Amino acid sequence: MSTTALVTTSRPAPPSGTVGSAVASRATWRTIRYVIAIFFVIIVLIPVYVLLVTSFKAPGDAAPTRAWALPQEWTLDNWKAAWTTLWPAILRSFQMVIPAAIVSSVLGSLNGFVLSRWSFRGANIVFAGILFGMFIPYQAVMIPLTQLMTGAGVPSGVPSLILLHVVYGIPITTLIFRNYYASVPHELVEAARVDGAGMLRTYWSVILPISIPSFVVVLIWQFTNAWNDFLFAVFFASSQNGPVTLALNNLANGAMLQNYGVSMAGALLASLPPLIVYILLGKYFVGGLMSGSVKG
Amino acid sequence: MNGVRKVWPPLLMLAPSLVVLAVFVYGLIAANFTTSITDNHTAAQATGQQPTSFVGLDNYVGLLATDDFQHSLMNLLLFTGVFLAGSMVMGFMWAWILERPARGEGLFRAVYLFPMAVSFVASGVVWRWLLNSNQGENASGLNRLFQMIGLDALQNNWWNNITFGIIAIAIPAIWQLSGYVMALFLAGFRGIPDELREAARMDGASEWQLYRYVLFPQLAPVALSALVIIGHMSLKSFDLIMSISKAANYQTKVPAVDMFVFKSSFDYANSAAVGTVLLVIVAVVIIPYLWWTNRKENTR
Amino acid sequence: MKRTRVLTTVAGVAAAGLALAGCSGGGGDGGGSEGGSGDEVEVFTWWAAGTEKAGLDALVEVFDEQHPDVEFVNGAVAGGAGSAAKDLLQSRLQAGDPPDTFQAHAGAELQDYIDAAQVEDVSDLYDEFGLTEAFPEDLLDRLTVDGAIYSVPANIHRANVVWANPGVLEESGLDPAAEYASIDEWIEAMEAVEATGKTPLSVATTWTQVNLLETVLLADLGAEGYEGLWSGETDWTGSDVTASLEHFETLMGFTNTDRDGLDWPDATQQIIDGQAAFNVMGDWAEASFAEAGFEAPADYVYFPVPGTEGVFDFLADSFTLPVGAPHPDGAKAWLETVGSADGQTAFNQAKGSIPARTDADTSEFGAYQQTAITSFAEDTIVSSLAHGAATPVAMLNQITDATSKFTTGASDLATYQEELAAAAGE
Repeated sequence: MSTTALVTTSRPAPPSGTVGSAVASRATWRTIRYVIAIFFVIIVLIPVYVLLVTSFKAPGDAAPTRAWALPQEWTLDNWKAAWTTLWPAILRSFQMVIPAAIVSSVLGSLNGFVLSRWSFRGANIVFAGILFGMFIPYQAVMIPLTQLMTGAGVPSGVPSLILLHVVYGIPITTLIFRNYYASVPHELVEAARVDGAGMLRTYWSVILPISIPSFVVVLIWQFTNAWNDFLFAVFFASSQNGPVTLALNNLANGAMLQNYGVSMAGALLASLPPLIVYILLGKYFVGGLMSGSVKG
Repeated sequence: MNGVRKVWPPLLMLAPSLVVLAVFVYGLIAANFTTSITDNHTAAQATGQQPTSFVGLDNYVGLLATDDFQHSLMNLLLFTGVFLAGSMVMGFMWAWILERPARGEGLFRAVYLFPMAVSFVASGVVWRWLLNSNQGENASGLNRLFQMIGLDALQNNWWNNITFGIIAIAIPAIWQLSGYVMALFLAGFRGIPDELREAARMDGASEWQLYRYVLFPQLAPVALSALVIIGHMSLKSFDLIMSISKAANYQTKVPAVDMFVFKSSFDYANSAAVGTVLLVIVAVVIIPYLWWTNRKENTR
Repeated sequence: MKRTRVLTTVAGVAAAGLALAGCSGGGGDGGGSEGGSGDEVEVFTWWAAGTEKAGLDALVEVFDEQHPDVEFVNGAVAGGAGSAAKDLLQSRLQAGDPPDTFQAHAGAELQDYIDAAQVEDVSDLYDEFGLTEAFPEDLLDRLTVDGAIYSVPANIHRANVVWANPGVLEESGLDPAAEYASIDEWIEAMEAVEATGKTPLSVATTWTQVNLLETVLLADLGAEGYEGLWSGETDWTGSDVTASLEHFETLMGFTNTDRDGLDWPDATQQIIDGQAAFNVMGDWAEASFAEAGFEAPADYVYFPVPGTEGVFDFLADSFTLPVGAPHPDGAKAWLETVGSADGQTAFNQAKGSIPARTDADTSEFGAYQQTAITSFAEDTIVSSLAHGAATPVAMLNQITDATSKFTTGASDLATYQEELAAAAGE
């Protein structure tokens, strides 16, 4: 049966005649990799630098022409203002995002499993039908959607948003899981079936244990998507019961005279929860879950 | 050798999703399509104060014939192409760098993923500053940065160019999504059983052969997921463009923006038509992909 | 088994999340009628921060005094001069879920709502609140559509103002106090500025370019000719319009090349920083100068766009009464406050605009505002294009798109004129 031991990947020994040069080139490669990685860290952080530096600037100082300069006077006012305005909305965002992400991930996993490894004739057509849902252009359907939601009587704010994020998350979560499971060897599932396991039991004992990396990617996506969604928030919530994107929008874009420092502080603040989620989930990016699954 | 599987347990499992999608996706698409074949171009018609009638595909013909919409479509094509290429290359490269365990991997991963956490609604302004098109003395943003580090020659107009400007908008998009592509590939890499690699090495395969015959095929489904995800983000890119260059700017018009502008003009029929055009574009691309996947998996 | 433990935790978290959501969903629904002892009014605006919010807050204070039994519910949605708000508003009106009152620019912007029978005629409220006497005749004319009025203006802004930096002007050999009688004279001044290497005219993204366009049209065609563009009396394809568009083209040639990526405060900032000499913007720009601690005429000067002396290019923020508003009495109470002398004084003082009423107490208003008040009372009033007073939304969008094409170089003057004519002709 498959092992559930977590084994970190390790590179096997190279052919023996070249140990010396192999060790040297391995070290060089490692340095090169580090250099490249650090180079890109700098590149990626350039906009973050501007965000950060502007968030500490007073209104007159926070202007596009002074984007690269350090603040003339460091001030925490922007952060204080951003925190006061945003923290109730941040709480509501959590209330909305956590259930939405978990439910849609589980549904996606079950769907993905069924469509790829417990398949049936016509499964690929059903998959196509589900996948297509990802591409629906929201702007074009907002009015009928509003009528639908009002007609269904779903309360505005967090409940509506959970429903919408689950529903519209199903296509993409299904996609990711299905394609991930497509590379699971058939033998694994067959072995379970031969042992008499039904669909659900196979899922529980064979598929679920090896799904962790894909759950991580899916949760990252769903969490971020729901957290940063603006369109649904505008249409189905108000600033009193809505998520952080609405509050952030009101903070950043609410006046004719924009206060860039506050906008940036708010943007950074609102981006911290997803970042924390990425870090927490990152621990599960482990390898070797399928080690020993293929018998020679 | 798969044997006869009963259809109903899997279908039952899929049923909730299918029902929900039937209503929230296909029902709405139908409603949208119905609107697009009417002449509902004013607010009065939308509320029934004035009559509407069915005009068949007139709206579509009208749209596709205008220069402006063709420009939008061209922009979409350019944007999507650059966005796809950029994100896939960056994401794969980062995953490849990080997939062998290394010290500080968690930190690198967090940094590369961080852009995805930042919403464009408030941070779009930063990219607007960075992509400011002034060069030389009045430069600010990235052009100014290039000057500061001595790479003056890299200065350019960014998105302030009517033919290729949209490519500059792909930069923030790539910045935001590459980290996720990396995560997808990392999950993919980590999901490959070690035995496969070891077996290949035992057989004397070189690094390159290992990648070509073992790893890439295993990663193909993941890569395709990534392509589909990036593609759909590209079609929906709206917040990004609105926050950097606003709705009216000709350089960066894409169908999603046109849809919004039509809607704000109370021109529901044309807005719906643009939406349907987008769906058709998607269908044209997705259907071959699905057909190919279908064939490939049935010949395993 | 470890897996079971993990799954139980996850399920627990999900359940807890759903439970929390359920609790908050019930209690957090902001706009619903929750009873209480009185009425309420959901006021839908896009004023969520800055001087706008200060203005709204001041108005709410007066409202609480005048109508203590009606609760004010803030339905503000910020963003892009109302683009997100209008998007949502359209859907709500369509879905039959209107707010009690919503903000809209007075004038032709309301035309679509009127055609769709989504706003009520409030002319009898005007009589009831005595607004017909308090508002100037010109303004009432502009607000009346087929004998009915559909909104109550809270303020008046002027769109045809030039803001200039005296330092930059002096460097170019120009007198900061000089008055230019026409666009041609102004162009000469700009050439002098260009010679010094500074930007003669700063402008920002497309809507500010449309703002510039309308002032140029106003200057060249005069008040009557300008108004004729919207009523159909002036021929868009005529040679006088061509000449005016050529002026516009010349002026755009004097502007900063990064304009499309700037928002209006960034263009005003160029005046404040001394990078540019002139900037055309509505008088909400005054707030930028105030924030920079500038004083006129030492640090900055302002005057009507050359050629538009004696003309007040107006726009107004106003409030409506939607058809089917859940709390019509609350809405009417709100409209009364908006139109009242106290309400207008409080609101405009905080926001930086001027009252629509001629009898509001403006003794404490700033220097610029005083000049605006005089001008509004004495000058000819015309409707602003860029700010929803002169044309319905669809036409403005088409004009804006045509302008963007033109100023980015994707179309030539002849095509531009054709497209403008086509937009106006519909």
